[in-house]
Amino acid sequence: MTPFAYERAGDAAQAVAAMAGNPGAMFLGGGTNLVDHMRLGVATPDRLVDVTRLPFDRIEETPDGGVRIGANVRNSDLAAHPLIRARYPVLSQALLSGASGQLRNMATTAGNLLQRTRCVYFQNVDTPCNKRRPGDGCSALGGYTRHHAILGASEHCIAVHPSDMAVAMVALDATVEVLGPSSERRIPLVDFHRLPGDEPNRDTVLRHGELITAVALPALPFAVHSLYRKVRDRRSFAFALVSVAAALQVRDGMIEDVRLAFGGVAHKPWRATRAEETLRGQPTTPGQFARAADAELAAAQPQPGNAFKVKMLRNTLVAALQELAGAAA
Amino acid sequence: MDALHVAVNGVAHDLEGIDPRTTLLDLLRERLHLTGSKKGCDHGQCGACTVLVNGRRINACLTLALAHEGDAITTIEGLAQGDMLHPVQAAFVEHDGFQCGYCTPGQICSAVGMLDEARQGRPSYISGAAEHVELDAAEIRERMSGNLCRCGAYVNIVAAIRDVAQQVAES
Repeated sequence: MTPFAYERAGDAAQAVAAMAGNPGAMFLGGGTNLVDHMRLGVATPDRLVDVTRLPFDRIEETPDGGVRIGANVRNSDLAAHPLIRARYPVLSQALLSGASGQLRNMATTAGNLLQRTRCVYFQNVDTPCNKRRPGDGCSALGGYTRHHAILGASEHCIAVHPSDMAVAMVALDATVEVLGPSSERRIPLVDFHRLPGDEPNRDTVLRHGELITAVALPALPFAVHSLYRKVRDRRSFAFALVSVAAALQVRDGMIEDVRLAFGGVAHKPWRATRAEETLRGQPTTPGQFARAADAELAAAQPQPGNAFKVKMLRNTLVAALQELAGAAA
Repeated sequence: MDALHVAVNGVAHDLEGIDPRTTLLDLLRERLHLTGSKKGCDHGQCGACTVLVNGRRINACLTLALAHEGDAITTIEGLAQGDMLHPVQAAFVEHDGFQCGYCTPGQICSAVGMLDEARQGRPSYISGAAEHVELDAAEIRERMSGNLCRCGAYVNIVAAIRDVAQQVAES
């Protein structure tokens, strides 16, 4: 680990101020990804601003019937919260499908959003990686691609975003609340993470020194009928090969409304709007579910090592929707 | 170099000169000479470093010591009361829940934290919406998936934890 200065932020304004003018400074949350990256040499901050003692640790009901989640709420506490379990089961399940009991006790809501790809070439400082050092090239292209993207990748990067939580939150139309040096702003989560394009070093639209303070979920009554289905190489404590977050509103066998997002397949949590459009107003039949998957996956561009993901995601989406349709009927 | 005040196994420590790079695991092992917590992978993947911080299980290898100002930490050395083993320790002995023993302190600390989570009714990926958590073998394996055992003593580890869970349920 390269040397760095450590400071504990007393309040949010102080935390943001500590970052201003310090391009090498980083916020420290639960540390589960950043401390590992510092040890690996992937991250080399010269200053850490510990924000875990800031009072963003509450889960509150909002006046519009939604829920506001403080940036420092730990993943395990969020997954276990009665409001989340009752109203947004997809989010509780997504959190519980990720990492281990110990890691969920450490990881924060904001840190989960800001965790970085587990692409093996990104995490190994001895292999070229455009995300780590722009212009060095992508070692994954033509390499080991089992865990890489099939949607929205570029010639510069085919890494995927590893979060399960964010996939559920994107399906739920979450908004990220951010405090900057001069102002606050609210960013729809679907626009928060980026596709790699020619700047794969930028995971999100966050600017240096901006601090996530909360994630807001709008009211979505039919999300009581929601679930997270994850497929992985081992049954527990593994990242997704593919995953589906789904919420479904059915009346008289017809789909009134639906929310869908995919994990493990793109540089960002993938909101499946084409699949949603294909389903609205249609019957809850396996054939219709498959057509929705095909509509979204028409744009898929798999690598030699992950072509299986196209069919796997199609099947996972159909299975998730069949389960929800059965439960809603 | 920074100062740190922590309680470890009920003993208050006022520490000076902590290099910010020091992880909680290295503080426990190298500075406080509590070598029960083990460094396995040092990446949060094996669970051998599991300790309890304010009663919650975490990976001590992935957290900086300085982030624990004012915290109460319990390691494997702090579980027994004198010569009386903690029920989870006793169950691991009774069920032979180990071979080489390297993962055992982490397994036991993790199990102590996990049993408390289950007692609070916290869900797992497989128990989902269930109101009451039934700690059967599948549930224990899911909740303990952050602790690896390279000897493969899982069958007896699960039996030991299940035994304690049943004792708790009956008491």
